[in-house]
Amino acid sequence: MTVTEERPAGPGKEIGSARRRKEDQRLITGRTKFTDNIQLTGMLHLAMVRSPFAHATITSIDTTEAKASKNVVAVLTGADVAEEQGALPCAWPITPDQKSQPHPSIAVDRVAFAGEIVAVIVARSAAEARDAADMVDVDYDELPAALDLRKAAVDSADTVLAHPDLGTNRSAFWQFDSADAGTGSSVDDAIRDAEVTIEREYRQQRLIPAFMEPRSTVVDPTGEQLVMWSATQVPHILRLMLAMTLGISESKVRVIAPDVGGGFGGKLQVTPEEVITLLAARRTGKPCKYTETRSESLMAAHHGRDQWQRLTLTAKKDGTVTGLKVDLLADMGAYLGLVTPGVPILGAFMYNAIYKFPAYQFSCTNIFTNKTWTDAYRGAGRPEATFAIERLMDELAAELGVDPLEIREKNWIKHEEFPFATVAGLEYDSGNYEAATAKAKEMFGYDELRAEQKQRRESKDPVQLGIGVSTFTEMCGLAPSRVLGSLSYGAGGWEHASIRMLPTGKVEVVTGVSAHGQGHETAWSQIVADRLGIPFEDIEVLHGDTQISHKGLDTYGSRSLVVGGEAVVKAADKVIEKAKPIAAHLLEASADDLEFKDGRFGVKGTDKGMGLGEIALAVFAAHNLPDGVEPSLDSDATFDPVNFNYPHGTHLCALEIDTETGGIKMRKYVCVDDIGNIVNPLIVAGQVHGGLVQGIAQALWEEAVHDESGTLVSASFVDYLVPTAADTISFDIDHTTTPATTNTLGTKGVGEAGTIASTPCVVNAVVDALRPFGVNDVQMPCTPERVWKAINSSSPKGDDPTEAEAQPHFDAEGGVA
Amino acid sequence: MTQINVNVDGADYSDDVEPRMLLVHYLRERLGKTGTVVGCDTSNCGACTVHLDGRSVKSCNMLAVQADGHEVTTIEGLATNGELHAVQQAFHECHALQCGFCTPGMIMQSVDLLNDNPKPSEDEIRAGLEGNLCRCTGYHNIVKAVQSASGAVTSGGGRS
Repeated sequence: MTVTEERPAGPGKEIGSARRRKEDQRLITGRTKFTDNIQLTGMLHLAMVRSPFAHATITSIDTTEAKASKNVVAVLTGADVAEEQGALPCAWPITPDQKSQPHPSIAVDRVAFAGEIVAVIVARSAAEARDAADMVDVDYDELPAALDLRKAAVDSADTVLAHPDLGTNRSAFWQFDSADAGTGSSVDDAIRDAEVTIEREYRQQRLIPAFMEPRSTVVDPTGEQLVMWSATQVPHILRLMLAMTLGISESKVRVIAPDVGGGFGGKLQVTPEEVITLLAARRTGKPCKYTETRSESLMAAHHGRDQWQRLTLTAKKDGTVTGLKVDLLADMGAYLGLVTPGVPILGAFMYNAIYKFPAYQFSCTNIFTNKTWTDAYRGAGRPEATFAIERLMDELAAELGVDPLEIREKNWIKHEEFPFATVAGLEYDSGNYEAATAKAKEMFGYDELRAEQKQRRESKDPVQLGIGVSTFTEMCGLAPSRVLGSLSYGAGGWEHASIRMLPTGKVEVVTGVSAHGQGHETAWSQIVADRLGIPFEDIEVLHGDTQISHKGLDTYGSRSLVVGGEAVVKAADKVIEKAKPIAAHLLEASADDLEFKDGRFGVKGTDKGMGLGEIALAVFAAHNLPDGVEPSLDSDATFDPVNFNYPHGTHLCALEIDTETGGIKMRKYVCVDDIGNIVNPLIVAGQVHGGLVQGIAQALWEEAVHDESGTLVSASFVDYLVPTAADTISFDIDHTTTPATTNTLGTKGVGEAGTIASTPCVVNAVVDALRPFGVNDVQMPCTPERVWKAINSSSPKGDDPTEAEAQPHFDAEGGVA
Repeated sequence: MTQINVNVDGADYSDDVEPRMLLVHYLRERLGKTGTVVGCDTSNCGACTVHLDGRSVKSCNMLAVQADGHEVTTIEGLATNGELHAVQQAFHECHALQCGFCTPGMIMQSVDLLNDNPKPSEDEIRAGLEGNLCRCTGYHNIVKAVQSASGAVTSGGGRS
């Protein structure tokens, strides 16, 4: 089967061209290799017995009936594996005295969230495993559950504890203060001297990553190594962690991430289910498979966000911001997952965003509750930061009666001021906020829409127009290893690549990043095609198998291109370096007289030359190489960036709100993102579109809702509102370009940009529409009910129907109690 | 066990199945048609969409025994004689897929939509795809792909 491809513009022109993806062919014809597609001879299937209680002691487990059930091979409980299961890893202890609770894959004597695994059935078919799971009889003594984040944060004698043995729900406190760090002045002085003070408390509701492919793991214990296929974003980290936590030699574990159906941070984890599948395979000596149901996925795969943000912004009367104080409560849920504690900290450096604030303080208290643990979800920390500051800038504009773009321009870093050292201690390398904003305003028809809004307000139109603004930046490309070290993260942030020059002139590119929808096979081919002058079609990109790609740190944090792509560039440059003396020898010329262009070494001033493919064949034969030169062009490179990179953009959104029903209709969404140089505009557009919808979904639809006993009631796609095609609109996207200065391609990450920017843009539009009604906040998700209640309530915060115990506005002095 | 006779992607199959076996599990586990995938357990996501006698159905929402005597077309049988279906081609051209997990169902539903309404408006496309979830693309390019294919699709999709 063939597809027609447009030809590239010519040698050296792959980067920047809208190449159709190499990955598509198998995906559009169903020739896929998702983990659940794998069937091995004699394979056994797992089903999990999960706790229905958020917090309970396990008093007894009777597995007699389940064990006798048809075709059941084994039933495992926590007690059965207590000595071998170890504890699931957390790689990011943010403080030396961080409190944590060991996290067993199968609970042994106590469960700490609803959905935690208490027993495992191993049977000859998935259906028989499921049948037997219903026969396991578990007796629980229910314990009081810590479910409300703010109540859990209070240290008092009658506080319900998620883990009684810890004596507190507080896991860690982390602070950055610009006065202490020497990057700015004192925020308390700014508050004391403020001419204008904006105080707000915002809720980042709990979200669920909701990747489309449910997680699945297959482990084959036959042969010398344990081979694990898993729907994971992080095969390399998973392999390392399995070895470290289970005490298996790393060289005896091979992890393969085959086709992986989305992740969004949700598959950046070492999961109980992965460990259990491995233990079951090792015990039975048979290949074992576990594939979760969607309900299990929503309930027990890690969640995201879930914070309360207490914010104080101070300014002069002319709109110049003088300080920002951020005080967070972050819900860890029941356990600390792979990077759980660090997620809010990834926001710490971003609340000051694109602005020149003189004083800044960020404090975060991480809290345990009896809910599913939280961890990375698209943007991880930075959407929360961007939401807070972009909402606050709108509030400041409203307070001062000026246009929200005007207040931003007054405070943002001007393009001629880059590189810019921020109050949070980062150095922004490049950007042009003026250019992106000007372009976005023009595409949006900003002035015309403001005029329409004015007219609708004056005529008291029941349908009001809201215009939302978000001028975001983010730090991405995780990350410089030294910075990660300074933040106590357990690993570095380098990335690895290898290039293998095959004798036929074909090229294999091995990358340490692990795509699950991002299109790396296409984009990496474009990069190598330009660098080596090899046709796009002759390049094969290999990834996601620790035995092929033996070294890497995987895909998350918008890092793949800016870190992993740069490693590919460096490996390609080494190939050219190695080929040069060989070319000189074969061409009987001096290496100094050679130039490499379009895949060919030419002797300057002559028509003599030799293609890289010809050299690869000569190297393979190795009949005629210079003395002392090894017969190989293959090259490796490991790249560790010196800085994060900082995409930015201006997003504008127009919403119509029916003030009689609270119904919201999005009319227009424009974004102009500066993500540096673009390798493939088609792939970039896809990342932006998808990112936008995930951010918009936080603003309008999605929320993980628990009932009063801690059961997740939004545990199916009936109740967890992942948007459909009918809920969304088509977007107007464009770019401005200021190349990043910290990688040779000049690229910036794009995977998370849309999600980070769009949430505040949409909520700003909702609030903007409702300002004439005295409303200055609507809690997310901004449902028609909440919007209607906000309009029909006397409180400026709107009326929040789901948070009955919502606290009154906090006082200026109050830290987190 | 119940015996069923089904034509799937042009080939006849005769099998004994458990009465409770879902059509999607029959396709995947018995016939190896793993191109059709399972994304949820409430028939919301549409990842398992196939055609039954030329009309789209969610194969997780149907028992294998209900397919007895019928023709099923999956994503693996959509291309004919090595030529991609116009909707497959359009998904590729318009970058209407990223991770590709929803793609088989999304393509099968789009083919059905265009069979019903060869020149749909954007709103009609969006309404017609409402039963299929995608988490990667934000639907923007999926809508474009269906629009693009609508210029090319003239007759019923799938096998003729």
